[in-house]
Amino acid sequence: MAANISPVSRADPAPAQAPRLDVARVRGDFPILGTLVNGQPLVYLDSAASAQEPRQVLRAVETYATESHANVHRGVHALSQAATAAFEGARERVRRFLNARAVREIVFTRGTTEAINLVAQAYARERLGPGEEILITALEHHANIVPWQMVRDRTGCALKVAPMNRRGELLWDEFLKLLGPRTRLVAVAHVSNALGTVLPVKQMVDAAHAAGAVVLVDGAQAVPHTRVDLQALGADFYAFSGHKLYAPTGIGVLYGREELLGAMPPWQGGGDMILSVSFEKTTYNELPYKFEAGTPNISGAVGLAAAMDYVEGLGLEAIAAHEQRLLALATAALERLPYIELVGTAAHKAAVLSFTMTGVHAHDLGTVLDAQGVAVRTGHHCAMPVMTFLGIPATARASFACYNTEDDVARLVAALTRAREVFL
Amino acid sequence: MDLKDLYRDVILDHNRQPRNFGRIESPDGRAEGHNPLCGDRLSVCVRMDGERVADIRFEGHGCAISTASASLMTEAVKGKDRAAIAALFARVHALLTQPQAAVDAGLGKLAALSGVREFPARVKCASLCWHTLNAALAHGTATVSTE
Repeated sequence: MAANISPVSRADPAPAQAPRLDVARVRGDFPILGTLVNGQPLVYLDSAASAQEPRQVLRAVETYATESHANVHRGVHALSQAATAAFEGARERVRRFLNARAVREIVFTRGTTEAINLVAQAYARERLGPGEEILITALEHHANIVPWQMVRDRTGCALKVAPMNRRGELLWDEFLKLLGPRTRLVAVAHVSNALGTVLPVKQMVDAAHAAGAVVLVDGAQAVPHTRVDLQALGADFYAFSGHKLYAPTGIGVLYGREELLGAMPPWQGGGDMILSVSFEKTTYNELPYKFEAGTPNISGAVGLAAAMDYVEGLGLEAIAAHEQRLLALATAALERLPYIELVGTAAHKAAVLSFTMTGVHAHDLGTVLDAQGVAVRTGHHCAMPVMTFLGIPATARASFACYNTEDDVARLVAALTRAREVFL
Repeated sequence: MDLKDLYRDVILDHNRQPRNFGRIESPDGRAEGHNPLCGDRLSVCVRMDGERVADIRFEGHGCAISTASASLMTEAVKGKDRAAIAALFARVHALLTQPQAAVDAGLGKLAALSGVREFPARVKCASLCWHTLNAALAHGTATVSTE
């Protein structure tokens, strides 16, 4: 059973020896946390949707814009060279963050969604056909469902879904049963955005490789909470977004194994992805530029690199340990409220607490919490199949980051108590 | 923002105890409404007496705004003819979407929904039932969506 599998990823409760985070100092790095919302100090519990940016990231982006901005890979002038150095420096920073083998394997994208679509269009759609299968899980975000449905509809391949149990854990035996000689590609979340479940991705990668399938891991919810070592994990593709890792929006990464990326055709055509163009024939650029048509999000990449410096400066293990403490505290507090039902109680979870309140719709709950300055996500979390499976229209979701505190948890609990009073 | 502007007592009451909740056997018109963004679903069915709505029921699940709005709507339209209902919907729509306008006091209990206009994300919650009623009156049976 999935619950008995110990994922290799370190989104598990972090080791006790992880240094304790100085949260007061961390909070001082995030200017937005001083905001008043509806007259109340902000309690930001929606980092799984988008994390806030620390001064270090804001400053890096501003410094780039004020000192180094020009277009990359084009000019011989000083600023263009500075911009190129900043952009390619960011790529190397990402490679080091993920422990990928080569910068050629790091493609900048707009985010996780674009990264997955790139693989769907340039890899899966080119290769799959009738009689072949893509395997995903019941826990996926729409971004790891819809691109594969588009591939299915264009190629005639089949899309299979490995089920989960009511706790939100993958049914490991069912996953193995669905993994067969027809499976060409396995696309799985590292961490479920709606429920917080940490999937046993290392075991899934190994099983998929044994079956001859290629694996894409959607790491959007994992990267902020766990150290991802791609050489240890062995995934063929890994996708994530900067803005969930304290970087700006509009920048993300697709890691792809060099052999796979090298054999794939370009996805979008344009400038920067070519070596030479004539009206008769175009020679495509080498990796990773082949997949980066047009002027890239240079300042976003700079911000992403700064964010990686920031979280590694704090220590990913220390961040994970801190978040696990808050998750345990909040879980225990909400379990004491008889009118709250936790949604997603997997043995391995990361930083996400989804719940419903008896008799109160999630959107009403979100509005009442907002009136008290508490920001949570409400709705289906772009995971409608998860909600359908659980038989609920929506949940409220509190998610934790390095800057959240025990007081935030107390404010959440107080706000829930108040919401209960409003509606009953 | 005062929560009491949105969740007035009338709204909380109609959310707790929705009026005309249920269905009509063999209705003259029935429609489903769906707001995919929040997962709200409701159905509205009507029994007609000529141009007049003789009976109306709704059922489904949704947030307090959506449930209370549907409940208030059923009370307001029962006994009215199509033209009067269309005119009433226009006034409710204005109430929900025009933050600067004076509250249309002639709307009676429906005026309790005026707080919704301060919450743009919730306007569709309040208007879903009206669009669904329109569909039930226009087509006999239909499904409408806010998206």
